[in-house]
Amino acid sequence: MSTSLGRYNYDVVVIGAGGAGLRAAVEAREAGLSVAIICKSLFGKAHTVMAEGGVSASMGNVNSDDNWMVHFRDTMRGGKFLNHFRMAELHAKEAPDRVWELETWGALFDRTKDGKISQRNFGGHEYPRLAHVGDRTGLELIRTMQQRIVAMQQKDARDHGDAEKFIRVFAELTITEILKDNEKVSGVYGYWRETGEEVLFTAPAVIVATGGIGKTFKITSNSWEGTGDGHALVLKAGGRLKDMEFIQFHPTGMVWPPSVRGLLVTESVRGDGGVLTNSDGVRFMFNYIPDVFKDKYADNEAEADRWYTDQTNNRRPPELLPRDEVARAINSEVKAGRGTEHGGVFLDVSKRLPADVIKKKLPSMWHQFYELAGVDITKEAMEVGPTCHYVMGGVDVDPDTAAAIGVPGLFAAGEVAAGMHGSNRLGGNSLSDLLVFGRRAGIGAAEYVKSSGKNPVSDASVKRAQEKVAKPFTQAGGENPYTLHHELQELTQSLVGIIRTKVELEEALKKIAELRNRIAKVSVAGGREFNPGFHLSFDLDNMLLVAESTALAGLTREESRGGHTRDDFPTMNPVWRQSNLICTFDGTKVVVEKIPLPMMRKDLFELFDIHELEKYMTQEEIAMGGIN
Amino acid sequence: MGRKLNLRIFRGNAADGGLADVSVEAMEGEVILDVIHRVQAEQMNDLAVRWNCKAGKCGSCSMEINGKPRLACMTRVASFEDGETITITPLRAFPVIKDLVTDVSFNYKKAMEVRAYEHPVDLKPGDARMQQIDVERSQEFRKCIECFLCQDTCHVIRDHEENKKSFAGPRFFIRLAELDMHPLDTLRNRKQSAQAEHGLGMCNITKCCTEVCPEHIRITDNAIIPMKERVVDVKYDPLRWLGSVIRKRDGIL
Repeated sequence: MSTSLGRYNYDVVVIGAGGAGLRAAVEAREAGLSVAIICKSLFGKAHTVMAEGGVSASMGNVNSDDNWMVHFRDTMRGGKFLNHFRMAELHAKEAPDRVWELETWGALFDRTKDGKISQRNFGGHEYPRLAHVGDRTGLELIRTMQQRIVAMQQKDARDHGDAEKFIRVFAELTITEILKDNEKVSGVYGYWRETGEEVLFTAPAVIVATGGIGKTFKITSNSWEGTGDGHALVLKAGGRLKDMEFIQFHPTGMVWPPSVRGLLVTESVRGDGGVLTNSDGVRFMFNYIPDVFKDKYADNEAEADRWYTDQTNNRRPPELLPRDEVARAINSEVKAGRGTEHGGVFLDVSKRLPADVIKKKLPSMWHQFYELAGVDITKEAMEVGPTCHYVMGGVDVDPDTAAAIGVPGLFAAGEVAAGMHGSNRLGGNSLSDLLVFGRRAGIGAAEYVKSSGKNPVSDASVKRAQEKVAKPFTQAGGENPYTLHHELQELTQSLVGIIRTKVELEEALKKIAELRNRIAKVSVAGGREFNPGFHLSFDLDNMLLVAESTALAGLTREESRGGHTRDDFPTMNPVWRQSNLICTFDGTKVVVEKIPLPMMRKDLFELFDIHELEKYMTQEEIAMGGIN
Repeated sequence: MGRKLNLRIFRGNAADGGLADVSVEAMEGEVILDVIHRVQAEQMNDLAVRWNCKAGKCGSCSMEINGKPRLACMTRVASFEDGETITITPLRAFPVIKDLVTDVSFNYKKAMEVRAYEHPVDLKPGDARMQQIDVERSQEFRKCIECFLCQDTCHVIRDHEENKKSFAGPRFFIRLAELDMHPLDTLRNRKQSAQAEHGLGMCNITKCCTEVCPEHIRITDNAIIPMKERVVDVKYDPLRWLGSVIRKRDGIL
């Protein structure tokens, strides 16, 4: 087999060609390194294209009162103060530059009247802050960076006679393992989907930018790629996952027809005036404003409605509460029997905006409902309900360099990395996260490569990786991977979902252990060429590790916070806020450990009103007032 | 609420293959991609099909359904008659890899041939000022999800392999138009290069591309025709030719 093994040498391998991976690749190439970009799918199809609402950056184009400090505060509040303060700080400070930079690469954002980049309102953001292109901002982002990479290749063709000399995109290639030699990263191993032929990349630095884990769940807004590959690869390479109990259920996914259940309905619908009502016609969100948000959200319809035209003198409508609050509220309404026919609630923008404005501001939503559900959102309400959307948890990284803790040469950025969003992400903070930390991962990897030099892959590492790839074909009589995937999704949906209990989480862990034995024996029909069953057999192993991490961390954290709700521990506990949960893999099972959350710096601590911090922190922490 | 559906799906590769008959259950509200997935999970585990978002946003699941280039995720089962046999084949303009998956690398090669956007050197990040009305023309083309259905249907290359070398196809005509109409792009002569290097002249405006575009981009009316007209203007009108030489930007004539 090794005779036909494709071998490549690069300074940096980027796994994942979404926003974070492409931004990292651009940066590493600009630092003078050779870069391989590995896509699970075709180039330009990554899940980033699904991002609708926008990219948050406190440019202050619509409201000049906005600045990084306000953005930082909003991000920390949204994450219930479990965020790594340094990541939230870097993100808030650097996001505007990252957005403007896209414009110099050809991006065309929607404009304000005075010709600047327009910014829209979104849940949890105090001011209009999301730069956007209708409701297809993610597509603009990915296309801009895709074209940026083409531009760099064209330049290399002119300067060096070969477009792919320093940066090459490997499309439809699956990575099965991160290789380590001498206790540090030495490369990655994988196979081409088209031929099934195996490939070895030697590289001293690997950037993981593989996105999310949504496909672990049955109802999700994620595409088929969201199988937690990076999370699992890092675990298996000896890295650490942090905050895996925190999963964001986006409040508004489609609920009907069944085939599109989970498909995202952008938050912009609410940002632009859409209201949520139950089957009694009651605008129920007024009943779900938590104490910590009482001074910022309107408690009556009149004030909420006035806010759309006068944001200075009115509080925000409660439809724009952070996503975790809205998702739980919808869940409660449906459970209480006030749901719609198909088990959701109503989201209506048709009575708030004229038809032509809706079509202009929310073109792909109009499309999506009209073509897939036969619903004209300019005339009728949508039916929506929570859908698994985003994982806050992920690779434990150094905030400044995106280096994965514990594995020299490994870096992670984007959804696969943890810390930035704490226990709950604000809408719009994902695209900016990709840009800010994608770039930082590129710089981090470049600096690492320059100081560490090469690290060749040993034959033993290659052999181990080869055996793993061959396995699903060598074992006959095992189960069908599709059936196993279906079972895993049912399990996570019902036992590790939006509302959790000790009993259910324990049951989930037991079932996951059983599934692990069955998945180890999975067998695959057909040959190696573009075989989705073969591919799923690897994805399954990844999803299982993710599900186990989430269930175990969820069982350990005995409180409710952001994307983790325990029915048996229904409130936030300031003592639990002081800890992160770390998951590692011991070769047979996931192990969880509690570590202290880094304390906020004094200058950042002082950006908050003490009375607000009292809602989240213990008396001792308040008295200490942050650290120097 | 399920109904039985008869499908004929192409199985095989470039060298060898044929249509396989299969009968499968379809549920209410489903799209063709759903039933393909059911066939894959229950009857043909190794059936190759590309897909990602299943929401009409990524342009991966392009194929031909009853001979028409479509996105499988946006084609509702309900749009077919009861008892009708639905034939599902790979995109015809590109070489088959396996089953419903084709080699679309042609498009990435063509993308590489279009000179990238060039930002004004003296315009700093954050200083750009553009009116909404001026960005909208290019924004329409930037809606493209690169499903390549327009490329597949375009008869200049659909059955004419020999034209592929000199013809970029509708997807890249809208890319050129997008750059041509971009308020800030400083690279000149985009439409002249569309004509001279990318085969714009081979298009005879049958609008097939516009008809199959799932994003409803008016490829022919808003990109191809305006470029063709202005190429002709600039070519034959000495005054306009002179104007285009003098002006910094000739995109908006």
